[in-house]
Amino acid sequence: MRLSPDQLIFWQHGFLKLNATIVFTWGVMLVLAVGAKLITRNLTTEHQRSRWQDLLEIIVTAITTQIGEVGLKNPRKYLSFLGTIFLFVAASALCTVIPGYEPPTASLSTTAALALCVFVAVPLFGIGELGIGGYLKSYVEPTFIMLPFNIISEVSRTLALAVRLFGNMMSGAMIIAILLTITPFIFPIVMTLLGLLTGMVQAYIFSILAAVYIAAATHKPKPAAKSEVVPTA
Amino acid sequence: MDNMTLIAVASIATAGFATSIGCIAPALGEGRAVATALTALAQQPDASATITRTLFVGLAMIESTAIYCFVVSMILIFANPFWNHMIAGAAAAAAK
Repeated sequence: MRLSPDQLIFWQHGFLKLNATIVFTWGVMLVLAVGAKLITRNLTTEHQRSRWQDLLEIIVTAITTQIGEVGLKNPRKYLSFLGTIFLFVAASALCTVIPGYEPPTASLSTTAALALCVFVAVPLFGIGELGIGGYLKSYVEPTFIMLPFNIISEVSRTLALAVRLFGNMMSGAMIIAILLTITPFIFPIVMTLLGLLTGMVQAYIFSILAAVYIAAATHKPKPAAKSEVVPTA
Repeated sequence: MDNMTLIAVASIATAGFATSIGCIAPALGEGRAVATALTALAQQPDASATITRTLFVGLAMIESTAIYCFVVSMILIFANPFWNHMIAGAAAAAAK
């Protein structure tokens, strides 16, 4: 029984392997990029506009609002990174309705790559916002003893992101595969619906957690407030 | 019991216990989280967007511990390195 799309190899030449994960990843990327290009060809602010433009506006506005609610001051700056992560994970979960397709996020390679992107992006955004000194100072934030724990928590957060997404996607695909051998036709369809739901929830969770980590890294610690004597008028 | 049987029995039993015991605590935790979120929603319905979003993020974090146990079970059943090692050894011994 196949544990992940990594093991379905289409073409191999010595060291290079073209497996199903790579094919489906590039397929999803192609669909997203070509679809976006086609829809944004004639952007207009008139009242008469294509419904696809409205759909894209809804998606972009919703993501921007969510990023703002997490606590990031300038959502547009982080929109491209977080929005792309959300759209990629959501699209790779939604395309499960196409027969013969396996979500590339059901392979630990893809989810580890996405988690590594977040691992690199958090210090980048933090340094961009606070400067190198300010960002490194945030590691010794409450006291100096917390330094190893903060570093460990950085690494374990990344690992948790990767394994969470991988576990959810892989379990969905595996449950459907197992059920197809037991009770074909009706029950696997119900489980596919459940898999779609968990896929969308996990896409949301992944991007919201990335936003929360970036917000924690770019958060300016307030200077200690001196108590003010309120003048009684 | 020779080595191969021992490894097989240990892998199968551990896989079963990992998922069954490992999913008890996350399920209890998620139940408490949802119950508290519902209480908070009943007390302040206008904060429902924040409460719902925080609830989902919290549920995902609790769920991930259950996912860790599930991944360990899957590895023991489908990608067991000890079993692969024994199979490779047995195949080499049979080929000799």
